[in-house]
Parts: sequence; C-alpha cells; structure tokens
Amino acid sequence: MRLSDIKRILNAEVLWGEEHLDREVISACGSDFMSDVLAFVKNQALLLTGLVNPQVVRTADMLEMKCIIFVRGKVPGQSIVDLAKERDIVVMTCPKRMYEACGLLYSNGLRGNCDGDD
Amino acid sequence: METIKLVYPVEGGDLIEAGEASSKMKLTLKKLGLPQDVIRRASICMYEGEINMVIHADGGQAEVEVDTDQIIIRMQDTGPGIPDVAQAMQEGFSTAGQTARELGFGAGMGLPNIKRYSDEMSIETELGKGTTVTVRIKIPQ
Repeated sequence: MRLSDIKRILNAEVLWGEEHLDREVISACGSDFMSDVLAFVKNQALLLTGLVNPQVVRTADMLEMKCIIFVRGKVPGQSIVDLAKERDIVVMTCPKRMYEACGLLYSNGLRGNCDGDD
Repeated sequence: METIKLVYPVEGGDLIEAGEASSKMKLTLKKLGLPQDVIRRASICMYEGEINMVIHADGGQAEVEVDTDQIIIRMQDTGPGIPDVAQAMQEGFSTAGQTARELGFGAGMGLPNIKRYSDEMSIETELGKGTTVTVRIKIPQ
C-alpha cells in the first residue's frame, strides 16, 4: 500500500515528506510502547503511535521504518519532525484513535506481519 | 577486512536525547555495506543498551568491533550494577522510573530484547561498580 493511500484512508495530514508519498509499505504496527515495537517488529515499515517524543523517531529509525503516523490528532513539535526528516522518515498525523486507524488500514489490506503470521 | 574498532560515548542524564550513539553506529555499519538484518539487530541491541545506560547509570561507553564474520558490542557503565541478573532478564521486570515509561520504555523489555536480537550475550555486573553487557552478532557469509 502506498503512503498516499494510507494518508487518504486515515484522513491524515502530512507533516513532512509530501514528496515521498509514493513509497510502498507492506505491513504496519501500532504501539505506544517503544520497547514492544523493538521486540516484535520484523519488517513493518509503518509505525502508528500515540506517543509523542524523539524516541519514537529513533525507534523507527533503528528498524528502518519509512513512515510514522501519530494518532488521536497528536502533532509533534518541530524538533521531532526535523529529526524524522534527517532520518528520511515521513511523518503524518491523523485524527483517528489507534484502534480505528489500525482497523481501517487492516481492512483495506495492510496486514501486521507479526510473529506467528505467515 | 581488518577489524574495525569504534568507540561511542553515551551521555547520561538526558533520556529524551538518548539514542544518538546508536544512530551513529547504524550509519557506520551501513557505510560498511553489512546486510540489513545484521545492521538492524546490532542497532536494536545498541539502542536498548544505550537507553539502559542513560536510565540506570548516567551514561557510559560503547565499543564496537566489526570483523568479517561478527560484530561485538561492549556496553560499559559505572552505574549501580544489577542486583539480580536473572530477574533483570525476565520480560516485564523493570526498575525504570516514570520518565522512562513516559518515553515508551521501562516495560522490562530492554535486556530481553538485547538477548533476542544477539547471537550471544553476556552480562558482567558488580554492585556499586557498574555493568558491562557484551553482545555478539554473527554476519552470515
């Protein structure tokens, strides 16, 4: 699924990386616990989170993720957006809550690809 | 390839900024052209170790050795030491404070994650002296 499709499905606003919305992701994960993200994520390139701090960007960076979406209408400060830009990670914010955002993407074909899935 | 040795100081105190050493190491491993999976595993181990050093020990130092067949990461601090290593290795056990939890850590996954992503892991610790966590990550040939 392209980031442009994800933006449309979630009614999201792009905070950085409008020119990179043609990037493709094949799976996603949603969590507010960065240690859990580090523990269970394999090749998910999209992180949905309600946590807003620089460690979200660093966690995504360690996992080579392509995009972070802040849910529940949370808007990160400019320093967080700049950190993501430095690391070439697209940043969006969407008004949906975590459950609904994940559900919408899943039902549109974006799977989780967690341990145990094939 | 000759062994490449890298040293990264880890600043203590500021958990919001923690992770800089891991980012730098990751960039260097990328430049060396190592496989993506190896880079990811090494980066996660280092990042969790770095977060631990900042939460529990007011910083420390990470030494990284890259060979043709393995990466060794040695994360050393002069913090309080770990009273019960077996307990610290259990998923869900954490002594981290509120600040760490607010940043998405302190879920008791740090050391277990390091073990999960490394091929070998050892912990040397002495109360009041500090802790050294050493990990080995094999590079598939």
